[in-house]
Amino acid sequence: MSATVTDWRRLSPRMLVIHPIQEVVRAAPALLGLLVAGSSSGGHGPLWSLVGVAITVLLGTTRWFTTTYRITPEHVQVRKGLLHRKVLTVPLDRVRTVDVTSNILHRVLGLARVEVGTGRSDRKGGGELKLDALGAPEAAHLRVELLHRENRTATAATTAATATTAEGPAADAPAAPVAIPWQAGVETELAALRPEWIRFGPFTLSGLITVGIIAGFVSRLASEGNVNLGQITPVKTTLGWFGSLSLPVEIATAVLVLAVFVAVASTLGYVLAFWGFRLTRHSSGTLHVNRGLITTRATTIEERRLRGLEFSEPLLLRAVRGARLIAVTTGLRVGQGAQRGGSMLLPPAPRGEAESVAVRVLGGDAATVSGPLVPHGPAARRRRFTRALGVVVSWIVVCLVLWEWSDLPAWTWVAGLALLPVTALIAADRYRSLGHALVAGHLVTRWGSLVRRRVALEYDGIIGWNIERSFFQRRAGLVTLTATTAAGRQGYRVQDVALAEAIRLASAGSPGLLDPFVSGGTPRPEPQVSGGPPDVAQPLVSG
Amino acid sequence: METTTLRPPQHRVSPTARWYWAAHAAVGWLVLIAVQVVWLIADGGDVPLRVAGLVATGVLATAHVVVMPLWRYQVHRWEATPEAVYTQSGWFRQEWRIAPVSRIQTVDSARGPLEQLFRLANVTVTTASAAGPVRISGLDRETAQRLVDELTANAQATAGDAT
Repeated sequence: MSATVTDWRRLSPRMLVIHPIQEVVRAAPALLGLLVAGSSSGGHGPLWSLVGVAITVLLGTTRWFTTTYRITPEHVQVRKGLLHRKVLTVPLDRVRTVDVTSNILHRVLGLARVEVGTGRSDRKGGGELKLDALGAPEAAHLRVELLHRENRTATAATTAATATTAEGPAADAPAAPVAIPWQAGVETELAALRPEWIRFGPFTLSGLITVGIIAGFVSRLASEGNVNLGQITPVKTTLGWFGSLSLPVEIATAVLVLAVFVAVASTLGYVLAFWGFRLTRHSSGTLHVNRGLITTRATTIEERRLRGLEFSEPLLLRAVRGARLIAVTTGLRVGQGAQRGGSMLLPPAPRGEAESVAVRVLGGDAATVSGPLVPHGPAARRRRFTRALGVVVSWIVVCLVLWEWSDLPAWTWVAGLALLPVTALIAADRYRSLGHALVAGHLVTRWGSLVRRRVALEYDGIIGWNIERSFFQRRAGLVTLTATTAAGRQGYRVQDVALAEAIRLASAGSPGLLDPFVSGGTPRPEPQVSGGPPDVAQPLVSG
Repeated sequence: METTTLRPPQHRVSPTARWYWAAHAAVGWLVLIAVQVVWLIADGGDVPLRVAGLVATGVLATAHVVVMPLWRYQVHRWEATPEAVYTQSGWFRQEWRIAPVSRIQTVDSARGPLEQLFRLANVTVTTASAAGPVRISGLDRETAQRLVDELTANAQATAGDAT
């Protein structure tokens, strides 16, 4: 790379415009409240809020002056902070993912925010690299610099060779032609949004969050502006009409209105988030996800670090035969707000489509994605039922007692009774979901009912094994096996499986690792916990 | 296959650990008892009930302080081979953890004030996964130091970033 690479570069000066606007937008409910309240309320409260907004705007703009970054041949470095100067340095070969996001303001001014994901999983001290924001061309260029370096394939090859064990065949299948500069690289499309997929929108329930946000916004607006919502005429008449209905009709109306609202909001959310979705594979060994209608987002994942896939089916989506795909990769942790979006490989789409995309991404056997799984047996089924029904039954008993001797309303235990069949159904479904398999170098495990997830995790991505057994599991002869990994959720569990089967899975996943600790063949008392004498004779000093 | 089980790890922790665990538990109970005593003395109402409460706490505390360390000493075990670290822990909820030495990121040894008093130390072995730190507490200082040195040396012998 040329000498200019090592120069410290600044964020785009256009951010000087964006920061004030962002801060004002964030403070909008307070400001609107101030406007509504006018000067009638007196006091210094409103004044202080204005001062606060002014200070945050000022602080926001200083960020532009204090943040610089550079890329050296080995590192990417970011300097930031006003009073507390900080230099973040990340070795280039630790860069796993690059996330380029532009919200509407960014897009108007042609900017993009760059977030660099590294292999860190401890997350102490916020070591994430964020550049908010660069000009869109610079951002695209930076992504290329970080992940499609000309010598990247060569470095990758050496690191892979020195790394512990050989990469699985699945990860190496799409291996890039060596030493081809990125411009010459080939991009193959693995999936793209089809308009008919939008029918899955209403079943994502993402609209529930929207409803919550709107409710929060309105209530904050009302409280800042001292407005009594009940006094506004349209609201008042609606409430009056609603109050005149009988209770069942009231409930039905409320549920219907909420359902329609959530469905519309969810569909809108789907379109906003996934419009223009494209999943592509770049020949230099990366996967790209592009999506978004207003806020666009482009995530690049280094395929060498893709440890597997999560095939996830929330209950409603499952009912309409839809599914989504989530990447299990280091550098993107699942389930962390914005980052969750980052690891999304396929938005809710038809099940068949999700399966074929998963096979294309893993580059392997269809059995990893859709093959049959080993069920966990009657003991696991019993456990699902006792656990689910036990909670409800004890709830009913407690409510009955309190209803008898104290004046707890009767509906509490009636509701518990009504819940029983639902819980039983969920328990049955939870058992049906349980399953595991060892297919083509992957540990496959499936669990869950409200959200059923099937994860295929590459053996090589598995770091260690935890085997857990609660008192009740021990009585049922079951254990929970956890494969720990640096990717995704950090640990994937195989729930309620027989101990021998758990050991078999772990031995297959990490050949030789467990052998010294396994006592196979001969029957041997299991490690005693309660009561029994220690199984290894060592004198125990009585205390 | 039916009879395959995990054998317990070879080593127990230091026998002194029982006294440490007992002391650790006792400190917690003493705080609770002190609060109850202060409450009894400072505000006189309903003495029999409070005395009963105090007695109950005392009985529970004694049982816990006596039984827990013995039990824990039986079940907390560890073993380190050149290839792996293997631990067993838990009384109601048993747990076995196995981490390959080649995937070790850090080996930390720590000594709290109470542990120092009993000349003990704990060792935490972390991997790149947030789900799998392997923790051995109640080792005597020399064993802990030796374990840290061995693991560090073995972990350095394997290259790669262990993710």
